[in-house]
Order: sequence, then C-alpha cells, then structure tokens
Amino acid sequence: MTLTSFSTLTSTFSNNPIVDLQRIFQFPFMQHAYEAGTIVAIVAGIVGYFVVLRRSSFAAHALSHIGFSGAAAAVLIGINPVYGLLAFTSLGGLGIAALGRRAAQRDVQIGTVLAFMLGLGVLFLSLYAGGYAQEAYSILFGEVLGVSSSAVLLTLVAGAIILVLIAVVYRPLLFASLDEDVAEAKGMPVLLLGVIFMLLVAVATSFAVQVVGVLLIFALMVTPAATAQMLAKRPRQVIIISVIIALLATWLGLFIAFYTPYPVSFFICANVFVLYLLVRFAYPKIRPIRTAQILPDTHSAEET
Amino acid sequence: MGEQYEIIAAENLVAGYPGNIVWREAKFSVNRGEFVAVIGPNGAGKTTLFRLLLGLQQPVSGTIKIFDEAPKRGNPQIGYVPQRHIFDGETNIESFELVRLGVSGKHWGLGLLSKKDRESALNALKDVGATDLAHRSLGVLSGGELQRIFLAEALVSNPSVLLLDEPLSNLDMRRERELLQLIHGVVESRNVTALLIAHNINPLLPYLDKVIYIANGKVATGTPQEVLTSECLSVLFGVQVEVLRDSRGNIAIIGIDDCHGCQTE
Repeated sequence: MTLTSFSTLTSTFSNNPIVDLQRIFQFPFMQHAYEAGTIVAIVAGIVGYFVVLRRSSFAAHALSHIGFSGAAAAVLIGINPVYGLLAFTSLGGLGIAALGRRAAQRDVQIGTVLAFMLGLGVLFLSLYAGGYAQEAYSILFGEVLGVSSSAVLLTLVAGAIILVLIAVVYRPLLFASLDEDVAEAKGMPVLLLGVIFMLLVAVATSFAVQVVGVLLIFALMVTPAATAQMLAKRPRQVIIISVIIALLATWLGLFIAFYTPYPVSFFICANVFVLYLLVRFAYPKIRPIRTAQILPDTHSAEET
Repeated sequence: MGEQYEIIAAENLVAGYPGNIVWREAKFSVNRGEFVAVIGPNGAGKTTLFRLLLGLQQPVSGTIKIFDEAPKRGNPQIGYVPQRHIFDGETNIESFELVRLGVSGKHWGLGLLSKKDRESALNALKDVGATDLAHRSLGVLSGGELQRIFLAEALVSNPSVLLLDEPLSNLDMRRERELLQLIHGVVESRNVTALLIAHNINPLLPYLDKVIYIANGKVATGTPQEVLTSECLSVLFGVQVEVLRDSRGNIAIIGIDDCHGCQTE
C-alpha cells in the first residue's frame, strides 16, 4: 500500500466518531497501522525517558540517521529495510557507547559520522534502480500505512524484547543515568549499561522509523518524554505519561490522517508538538497554585 | 573511644599511574569512628586517595587496605559522595528517588514491591534533616540542599565509612558551618568513620581527629596539632613555610600560594 493509493481512499468525518473508528478498522492496512503504531509508541515512550534523562537526544537522532543508510543499503540489495536499520543502528549504538561516559555530549564526532552516513544513504538509493524518491520518502518520513502483518509481528517481538530488557535493567540504568559516579563506585557495570541503553535506542529507533521515519524520530522518542518530565517528578509516573502521550499522538494522528489527504507523520508530529507547547507554556500558569502551598514548608526548613 | 580498631591502613603507598606518579611513600591509618580531613592544594591527589579506597584505581606500588582487605569496587561498607555538579533545572526528578537509588540502584528488575528501600530512604533523609526536600525536584535545590541529599544517598545503604569529596565547596560560610555540623552529627550518631576532602581546613578544626595532608607528591598524617605545624609542613612542601594561629585557633599558612586562612576561591 503506497501513499498515493491511500489518499484516494480518504473520506470525510461523520458526526459520530465511533462510526468513524469502525470504518477505519474495516481496512486491514489501518489495523496494521494501529497495531504497529501502538507498539512503537509504547516502546518509544519508555526508551525516550532514558534518552531525555541521559541527555542523549542527539545520539538518538544520530542513530536514526545512521539507520537511514542501513535502510537504503537494504533496499539496494533487496531485503526488508528494517534489517538494514537494525544492523546499522546497532553498530552505530555500540560505537557511540564505546566513546564512553560523556558520549551524549560528543556532538562534533557524532555529527561528523552522521553526515557521512546520510551521504552514504543517498548514494545507496541512487544506485537503486526502482523508485529512488518513493523509497527515500518512506524511510525519511515513515510509511505506517504500508506496514504488513508480518512487519507488525516482527515489531511486536522486538517491542517485547525491549520491554523485558528494560524491566531487567530498570533500576541500575536509572541509577547510572542519574548518578554515574556513585553507581560506578557501587560496582555497577556503567559501561555495559551504556551499551545496553544504546542498543535499546537502536532497536527502538529501527522500528519507530516505520511509523514516523528517520527525520521525525524525535516526535516519538524525545518529545513525549520531555513533555511528561514537565508534568511529573517520579520516573515511573513520567514513563507512564510519556507512553500515554506517544499513544494518543499516534492514534489521533492515524485517525485524522485517514479522513484527510495529508501524511500520518505530520499529524503525529503536530500532536506531540502542540501538547509540548501547551505543557511548556500554559501548564506553568496553572501550576503556581501548587508551588505556593509548598513554599511555607521550605521556608521553615531554611530556618531550622 | 574504646579500642582502636584500624579500618584503613596504607604502607609505602605510591599512587597515580606508572608514568605519572601523583604521590609516593605514603603511610597512614584511620581508626574506626575517626573524623579525618584530607587536605592539600588543587591537583595534589586527594581524590586519587578516594579512588584507591573505592577500588576504582590500583596502587602503583605499596599496599592499601580497607577492612583488612585490598579495596574492591562495589564495597557495600563504603558510602561515597563524589565532588559534584549541580543538576540543571531541567532534571525534574524528586530527591527521594535519587536517595532510594542509593540502595535500590544495585538491584536488577523493576522492584515494584520494595517497601524496605522506601523506608531506608526516608530514614536517611530524616537523618540529614531533609525530609521536607524529599518531594522537591533535584533541579531546583541549592548547593547546600543538594549536599544533604547526596549525603542521604550515601547513608541509605548503611555504610561504615563515608568518603566525602569536597562537600563544602561552593557554600557560603554559614551554610558551610551548618553542613559540617550536620555531617559531624550523622557520623557520631551512626558511628561512621568519615574522610572528608576539603580546601579550607579552618571550619573543620573543631571536629577533626586526624589530618591527611597531601602536597608536593608526599603525604603527611597525624593529629591536627602534629601536622599543622611549621616544622611538619616545611618538610612536606620542601620550602620554609610558617603556620600562624589567630586567637580562635584558625590557622594561616605563610610561604605557599595556597594559604588556608584566606577565604578566596
């Protein structure tokens, strides 16, 4: 299912959203889109929290671009782009993790590799005989409406592995992300945790590309977690809110896109962006009521 | 103080890296319950001593023992507060979570049922008088408040030795005094041995049992009365220095750039 064929299917909203939803789910490609979108949103919402906490958003951004050349290489040799993405992002993730402790801040080195990998991707796609523009478009901006049922299954398996792995490393990873020096002194394998984290980002990115594409990966990997972080102070709460934001943005994006001629990726990005703006600028205006209640408390603490 | 039980002992200790020796031929010991200041100029190798004790770095030669064993990484008897950074304003995590990680961060899994960690964290926060900070975000705490949280994070696993790297830096004199009183109180009540790296020794003088003075590639150790003398420090620095005392017992060291009496940064 390509984008062009999708836009011919579009119809207008009825007065009843339930009916609208029912109509959407009559189409297998929309079912697959919702299934893949749901898995990706959950995984990206969770992994994104650690990306934000570790200040690794540039590294995550770079990984998706490194993935671009992987996907392009896969297209060139005629295999599923996801495998190319997985291979390249995993290697890239290992490389960034090997750079060591403050890898997230190594903008210049990571940026240099990023640019080269993008260039490599362009070369691979130009060598590909059939439909350069179409393939480039779907890798860069995502094509969730073209996800097959086997791709959904693969996404489900990868998503489950990521969630289990995060459940296992949750507390040490949180510790190492927040207070690396103490975690290291306590005997935690901080380097290994860094490697595991980058691999988690690599795999999550590879599958999220299906939904929002390489260029828009921030919409699901960073913005929901960054927004959630402004709303809560406990990691578990932040993660739950982050997942909810990613899910709502994806579901709503698919829903609106079905009834309009515009791409899904745009609506997902727009949803998280609007929410981010609301939380960033409107939420602090409501919040002072709560802060005022805390203030006398802190004041008395200063005096004792 | 009862029996003198030796917790830390070093003999002929050479620290640093083979091509880059930081200090050599050090001999010192720390007994249970002692409050010890580790002082010396910037870059003298004070933090190196902590890294050796934590097992993060190996001695070039000589021996160092903690609890009669060679140091190893992850020793649960040591609580460590590294020299630190403050969290930037965007780190919106409540202090309680960091303190709890001091004990739960070593365990794998989600730990959804760990009630005990919660209690230890609350107790540690109470001990440092920071119960009211528990649910405030790390990003908005002041330097002094953060140091209390870091102290709670180190105490939460019930260590018997505390290694505090420059906890007093970036505090004004009043907060410095308050934090020091707090640290000393916690150390007494929990019967913990504490090593504290500091730049200025004067605020510490009322509490100290021992001084480890690191300078000029050498280490001098003893009680403050033994170490902080013109004779001892002249030998240590290798130049003639003079230790002056004011009427309150504060000292100033004349003859080196890094005089303790000066409050300048």
